[in-house]
Amino acid sequence: MADRSPAPDTPELRQRWGGFAFTPANKAEADRAIARYPQGRQRSAIMPLLFIAQRQVGEELGTAGWLPLPVIEYVARYLDMPVVRALEVATFYFMYNLQPMGRHHVQVCGTTPCMLRGSDALFETCYRRGMKKGQVSADGLWSLTEVECMGNCATAPMAQIDDDNYEDLTPERLDAILDALAAGQRPKTGTQEPGRHTSEPAGGPTTLTAMVDANHDYRSEW
Amino acid sequence: MLHDKDRIFTNLYGYQDWRLPAARMRGDWDDTKALLARGPDAIIDEIKASGLRGRGGAGFPTGMKWSFMPKESKDGRPSFLVVNADESEPGSCKDREIIRHDPHKLLEGALVAGFAMRARAAYIYIRGEYIREAETLQAAIDEAYAAGLIGKDACGSDYAFDIFMHRGGGAYICGEETAMIESLEGKKGQPRLKPPFPAGAGLYGCPTTVNNVESIAVAPTILRRGAAWFASFGRDNNKGTKLFQISGHVERPCVVEEAMSIPFRELIEKHCGGIRGGWNNLLAVIPGGSSVPLVPAEQIIDAPMDFDGMKELGSGLGTAGIIVMDKSTDIVRAIARLSYFYKHESCGQCTPCREGTGWMWRVMERLREGDAAIDEIDMLQQVTKQVEGHTICALGDAAAWPIQGLIRHFRPELERRIVERQRTYAEAAE
Repeated sequence: MADRSPAPDTPELRQRWGGFAFTPANKAEADRAIARYPQGRQRSAIMPLLFIAQRQVGEELGTAGWLPLPVIEYVARYLDMPVVRALEVATFYFMYNLQPMGRHHVQVCGTTPCMLRGSDALFETCYRRGMKKGQVSADGLWSLTEVECMGNCATAPMAQIDDDNYEDLTPERLDAILDALAAGQRPKTGTQEPGRHTSEPAGGPTTLTAMVDANHDYRSEW
Repeated sequence: MLHDKDRIFTNLYGYQDWRLPAARMRGDWDDTKALLARGPDAIIDEIKASGLRGRGGAGFPTGMKWSFMPKESKDGRPSFLVVNADESEPGSCKDREIIRHDPHKLLEGALVAGFAMRARAAYIYIRGEYIREAETLQAAIDEAYAAGLIGKDACGSDYAFDIFMHRGGGAYICGEETAMIESLEGKKGQPRLKPPFPAGAGLYGCPTTVNNVESIAVAPTILRRGAAWFASFGRDNNKGTKLFQISGHVERPCVVEEAMSIPFRELIEKHCGGIRGGWNNLLAVIPGGSSVPLVPAEQIIDAPMDFDGMKELGSGLGTAGIIVMDKSTDIVRAIARLSYFYKHESCGQCTPCREGTGWMWRVMERLREGDAAIDEIDMLQQVTKQVEGHTICALGDAAAWPIQGLIRHFRPELERRIVERQRTYAEAAE
């Protein structure tokens, strides 16, 4: 099991987050999420609502989002469910951050397919910039997490930074991306291999070549 | 050799737009009403005849799975289709390509499959880390609603069918079907005991079928081109085309759709430019995602890549997420990292798995350095046998098998490290 526990429940935490409420836009989004489940099953929406809350916390702080206890309690009340059930969900699923985060959340995949393609060097690159796993860097810019397989194995190694994937990484390419992010820019997402489009073999696809330049309809050849 | 015209996922690499107009030009949503007009039983029979086996790893015949659903609701409970897009198996990266580049194939498949099993709605459970992919999928769902393809009168068929997306939260275990149902109900993703099976009591206690993205997305094409077409690829009992995902030490890793039963060598030579450093440099292959035992080079090179071919080698095709390792690989570390993965992803419900995955990982870490006694290899083997088959779901098995595969094929390497370390220490002591 992943080792996860919520941030300590302190008066300061209560003071800061006790009055948390969804913004009107987020409330509308939350209500749309609840409507996706049958009547009386609104509890199914706990996962989307925690995501919305986490994002709102992040926006208020100007960092990657996280879930303070009073916010989890707010979401539980919103869905009329026991707080402990909401807390169970928040602590069970790895994507809910239970501690304050840096401005960018750098998630480097360390599982075997990425490891075989050189993810060790990506962690070294992160360490050199003062990142430590599970901690916010001293400059407040980065939170580093080693994540398990992110499903980008054919374009390994990869990192997911905030909401975007950066694939086919090398230490130099990751450095360039981190520099750009630190400077407030938005670097190119997806594969970083020059000339590669997505998960086709580098250097050009071995199949479906007619699709490269045109939206080919193969039905006439059936 | 599979021709492009026989490939199902023609926009696999996303060179073209995923949106509805472009998808329609490629043949998606083409007179879906006529497909539905064949009736649920005819659809299920066609899928059965095609020989399609589930693409999520277990390889259960898809048509048969659909036929387990009740034909009518005797007590007013609706039925549900749950599409498993929680792709998290290390080595697997195919569902992501379908969702972000060909989402309408999935949605049309969900309608056809849902109709065949008389479901009221489909929930597509997409893994939480697929953030951009989820945005694409939701946009595709919105497009399909706006075009009347799903909803109250889906494709003008008079059949009401909804499709909803549910994002996961980063828990591998939610790819297990009952854990996925728990998660959809807003709980921790801990697997349920079976029986009752989901087809009897699944989501919200209603009949439910859980299918992998690829199994669902190929269904409309099978119906259009006929079961005989699909069954013309692959060996008996291993029919159809399949998305293979090759990662690790090949020259050019990729995702590619090929005919089932393609020999390993041909797959790698044709699409991946060969093994890094040549075929003599191949050490071992994990052929079906991290949960299956590894296969040494000499056994897999000329083996057919299908369910039975991999089973004969004591492994499995799984999701066809092929992890290739050349001779530079620290094979013990490669497997130890998988042990860490299973330790991290154990849901904590069953003691053998919760405690066993951590224990196995710690021993694997010591074996990596040779910091163990020879008989600890046997002890580790025994413990894997005590975890395997003694848990509610298959995560315990999945944690045990890679280690068993390592011991089966690389025991001399494990012993070499132990002996070498002991010798080093003995020399240091002198």
